[in-house]
Amino acid sequence: MKQKYLPLTATILIFVLSYALCVMQFPNMLSTRVIGNLLTDNAFLGIAAVGMTFVILSGGIDLSVGAVIAFTGVFLAVVLEQGGLHPLVAFALALAITTAFGALMGAIIHYLEMPAFIVTLAGMFLARGMAFVLSIDSIPIKHPFYATLKGFYYKLPGGGRITLIGGLMLLVFGVGILIAHRTRFGTNVYALGGGAATAKLMGVPVARTTIGIYALSGLLAGLAGIVFSLYTSAGYSLAAVGVELDAITAVVIGGTLLTGGSGFVAGTLVGILIQGLIQTYITFDGTLSSWWTKILIGLLLFAFILLQKGIIRLSRVERQHA
Amino acid sequence: MTATVKTYFGRLLPQLIALAVIVVAISMVFPGFLNLQIQNGRLYGSLIDILNRGAPVVLLAIGMTVVIATKGIDLSVGAVMAICGAVAAALITSGHSLAETLLATLAVGILCGVWNGILVAILDIQPIIATLVLMVAGRGIAQLITEGAILTFNHPGLIFIGSGSFAGLPMPIVIWLVFGVLIALLVRQTALGMLIEAIGINRQASTLAGVLTPVLLIAAYVLSGLCAAFAGIIAAADIRGADANNAGLWLELDAILAVVVGGTSLLGGRFSIAASVLGAIIIQAINTGILLSGFPPEFNLIIKAAIIVFILVLQSPRFRTAFTFVRLPRAAGKPTEREAK
Repeated sequence: MKQKYLPLTATILIFVLSYALCVMQFPNMLSTRVIGNLLTDNAFLGIAAVGMTFVILSGGIDLSVGAVIAFTGVFLAVVLEQGGLHPLVAFALALAITTAFGALMGAIIHYLEMPAFIVTLAGMFLARGMAFVLSIDSIPIKHPFYATLKGFYYKLPGGGRITLIGGLMLLVFGVGILIAHRTRFGTNVYALGGGAATAKLMGVPVARTTIGIYALSGLLAGLAGIVFSLYTSAGYSLAAVGVELDAITAVVIGGTLLTGGSGFVAGTLVGILIQGLIQTYITFDGTLSSWWTKILIGLLLFAFILLQKGIIRLSRVERQHA
Repeated sequence: MTATVKTYFGRLLPQLIALAVIVVAISMVFPGFLNLQIQNGRLYGSLIDILNRGAPVVLLAIGMTVVIATKGIDLSVGAVMAICGAVAAALITSGHSLAETLLATLAVGILCGVWNGILVAILDIQPIIATLVLMVAGRGIAQLITEGAILTFNHPGLIFIGSGSFAGLPMPIVIWLVFGVLIALLVRQTALGMLIEAIGINRQASTLAGVLTPVLLIAAYVLSGLCAAFAGIIAAADIRGADANNAGLWLELDAILAVVVGGTSLLGGRFSIAASVLGAIIIQAINTGILLSGFPPEFNLIIKAAIIVFILVLQSPRFRTAFTFVRLPRAAGKPTEREAK
């Protein structure tokens, strides 16, 4: 087996094994209801994590994701409850704003040669601040269209439901996988992650790609915000705090190298599912407290970083012997 | 000697000007701002309040400066603060003496630093990622210690650290002043500072040149952990309880911002502890200023974002090359002036 598939395989193995262990203890966890809820509950995180995967594949990082999700939620709530626009128009507006916001961060990162970490940190303050300025209260969204959207679902055998937002996440992952592996843009992202200087020499349009990556991350964070507002039926400026960290964690657990250039969008999906599984298990158990989620995810993160380190070292040794 | 003093203050000039402009601007909007009073042998006033409230960020910024000078970053300081606050509260409520509690808490901070340092220096993991592990898990660990509740205590000794005073100054100020001066002397009166800068500029080259890179790297993260422990104790003593969820939340970002405002490059290799301390005070002054002058606090974050972007644009290599003819050696102080107005 090719070495680049090793982290992905390990992730999938860990997910299957831990799911099996969960089912052994609580047979009810095998139901389609649990699986459906796993998808619905993590939909916004998953969609944001697809954008994060592209950013990390290119060797960057985007800390603004959670703040953009909160901003989108508050924006939608304000526009829908006070502006009287149709939600679809509001969605389009929100996506346009967040995409432009991402593109702007990408442009600053590229043209001013500033570290992505600090630019997106400023972006995080800015987006969160804009959400505060729009409203500091939690605004419920009562538009009837929201109820209509929530009514859409695909019924699985066994009573489980793939809701609109759960399905949307799967769709975004599908499109993400296609973009990463079947388009020129995807190839450019991987090339950029392998080394910006080399990529430039190979003819990768670095400026366009960098701006595109952060614009995509902004777009998907905006979409995640829409999904989050559907999920909670409210907009709140303090919502989705720390989602960027959960997304980064999912990307790493999914086997993507944080130095960029190597990894899979599909792995991120499994990373999201593993995090969701830990949470579900803790809910099922009932005696474990929620903080174990954070500790377990931290340990898992650590294990995967070590695994990746090991694989890189191994491949270097092999190359030297070849 | 005078020459060194001159260059030292020359380096700090932009930050000092920025701080002065902010203080003048606030005192114009809020006339009582500069008033200082002595009550019960302790200084009171908005200026003292800024130095007091800013204590955790100042302490974190001191450690963060040294870490960033090695071209690293420590995202875990907020979580370490939460852990240390929880440890202090748990120990004091279970009947340990103040000395035992403080020593054990500082030891826990050091341990967190050793963990981060080993990941960065020995396992050679990127600092952002290495410290992310503790950032993710840390709050969980803190909650494990406090068992999910806010652990309150009323030990007068521990509370004294948060709200007591020494020589007319609130204890938190005394702690960061003493600690900051000690660390600044340690790195600047010995070759340590230069060696740290050498690692930040080129880790491999400095290792080859005989610098004990792993030891110094671990020491940098240990210092950061120790600072976070102090900050955690102060934060817990201030509210007389350990709040695992909110103690030090997002303070790592404030600390990084303070270091950047202080003019230390995130690319490593050049640092000033005094400048970072000033940076932290500038940030706190902006926070307090916005609050006092009746601006809606919602704008706080936007103003902060605008300041980082402005300072970073001025620091960015591209911008510098484009404006070499204009000469902007003191540029770092200007954006804050503009923001303050």
